[in-house]
Amino acid sequence: MVNDKSFVKMFRMAASFLDFEKKIMELEKKLEELRAVSKGEEADFSSEIRKMHKKVNQLRLETYSNLNRWQKTQLARHPSRPYAFDYIDEMTADFVELHGDRRFGDGTSIIGGFATMDDQPVMIIGQQKGRDTKEKMYRNFGMAHPEGYRKSLRLMQLANKFRTPIITLLDTPGAYPGIGAEERGQAEAVARNLYEMACLSVPIVCVVIGEGGSGGALAMGVGNRVLMMEFAVYSVISPEGCAAILWKDQAKTVEAAEALSLTAQDLLAQGIIDEIVREPIGGAHRNPMRASHMLRRALRRNLKELTAMSPEELVAHRRDKFRKIGPYNE
Amino acid sequence: MSWFSRVKAPLETGSKRAVPEGVFIKCEDCGEMLYSVDFDNVFRVCSKCGKHHVISAYRRIDLLIDEGTFAEKDQNLSSTDPLKFRDTMKYRDRLKSAERVSGMKEALVSGSGKMNGWEVEICVFEFGFLGGSMGSVVGEKITRGVERAIEKKCPVITVSCSGGARMQEGTYSLMQMAKTSAALSMLSEAGLPFISVLTHPTAGGVTASFVMLGDVIIAEPEALICFAGPRVIEQTLRQKLPEGFQRSEFLMEHGFLDAIVPRDELKRTITSLIRHMSAAIPEENRSNPRET
Ligand SMILES: [Zn+2]
Repeated sequence: MVNDKSFVKMFRMAASFLDFEKKIMELEKKLEELRAVSKGEEADFSSEIRKMHKKVNQLRLETYSNLNRWQKTQLARHPSRPYAFDYIDEMTADFVELHGDRRFGDGTSIIGGFATMDDQPVMIIGQQKGRDTKEKMYRNFGMAHPEGYRKSLRLMQLANKFRTPIITLLDTPGAYPGIGAEERGQAEAVARNLYEMACLSVPIVCVVIGEGGSGGALAMGVGNRVLMMEFAVYSVISPEGCAAILWKDQAKTVEAAEALSLTAQDLLAQGIIDEIVREPIGGAHRNPMRASHMLRRALRRNLKELTAMSPEELVAHRRDKFRKIGPYNE
Repeated sequence: MSWFSRVKAPLETGSKRAVPEGVFIKCEDCGEMLYSVDFDNVFRVCSKCGKHHVISAYRRIDLLIDEGTFAEKDQNLSSTDPLKFRDTMKYRDRLKSAERVSGMKEALVSGSGKMNGWEVEICVFEFGFLGGSMGSVVGEKITRGVERAIEKKCPVITVSCSGGARMQEGTYSLMQMAKTSAALSMLSEAGLPFISVLTHPTAGGVTASFVMLGDVIIAEPEALICFAGPRVIEQTLRQKLPEGFQRSEFLMEHGFLDAIVPRDELKRTITSLIRHMSAAIPEENRSNPRET
């Protein structure tokens, strides 16, 4: 477990910037310089600092309230964005990671285990990307093999046995498309999770914390409540994949992202998700602790509401929720 | 997930038995020239090499359902284009042109009928309609089929032939995977059988949902069945895939199919399976032995 200070430091160090963040970064740097200078000088810079501070805030607000869908997708994939483990560290105590699908392997793109959150036992399972090159490889860039999904199901059924509420954190480019994954039944693993999650009788809250990549994300997404972080996306296909297939042109990624309506705001309007969890201005990576705090509050409230329901009600509620999704003319 | 959207639609369209006479059709595999009427009479299986070609949803129903017993349901369901989706063409226009070409309103035909006397609910994909892709209408029709089966206590048969989830309906399409899978969990609780038949090609979000949840899963020979399409895998790994990869025989070898059944034996095999799994099926939905 990382302590608070090193947690923040780690993110500051890792923070890199997207194109649309550049201007903000430059202003922030100037502000930082001004502050440094003012410390050593007798002259009073405080009014300039205040002005500069206001300017930075103004620019942040303008930038982040006017992002297009592709820019939000980039934020959702931001390399400094908190990942499942970071949220688990911040939100829970006493996390005991459990490994393995008991059939083939560990499935290291997915992590999970029992933990305590607000004095409540929970089973928390997340799709985990890697921070540095070595971890990225180890986590297979968050793209799970069948054993990852089968492990997640094993843990969910374990939670069900002990009447423990389940929290899943979704953040994956998609289920891994590879030879071994196909040989071991990627499709069956995803399908089985969808089916079994519809049968569990404990509360399930799913949160898209970053990239909700198609069936690979949905395989852990059948919850009584589905939440999305403000700058998360959730889509049937990546904008890149969609551009390649429908436009036959990789350069049409921005257009594809627009067409797919994949942001948290889109999905709330479509009635597919239940709630958006606000992020700090500039995104969760600008203040991971605050982001964790906001998510934890949302989880606590949702779990409290759900634990009031009986096991039968929970199953019926979850099935009914997905039953209603998808418009048609008749 | 719709990797097959670039695969050209089959020559045959969804209209009922509109086979042009005096025309020869070339086998996609061995190149044999096959007389169209004969070819249609054997449900588009090559008489020389045995290749199972894609057939329309209605011909599939002719193949599986007792003559004169099929009652189509929900045929008026159509897409609302909820995202006002537009790529190089408006989704709305794509739907219209698919309707014109295939004579169908959507990529799935569903309804009730008898199979050697057994009452069933059947859902059959139409590949000729936008590559058999699953959007909200397809998901809804499957779910309603399952619900009707629960209501009247009969088996569900699906015959899949699909490129996957329909991109033009975005996350709504993705959610149909969860919707159909959840419906099947209720069918299971009612003790009713679900037989999933996979035909060439079945891919993406369709494979990764209800298709793989059959109590019994059957495929036609040499069908391409996959989660990720071969092209996607080749691009990811930058290597050629081995011969036979993701074909029915490959899936069987890896433990994901119960049986590979040629087209002309499908009806008989499914009927036997229904009989073996019929504990919860009431008298009125069973086959009268004197009739079969
Ligand atoms: Zn042939």
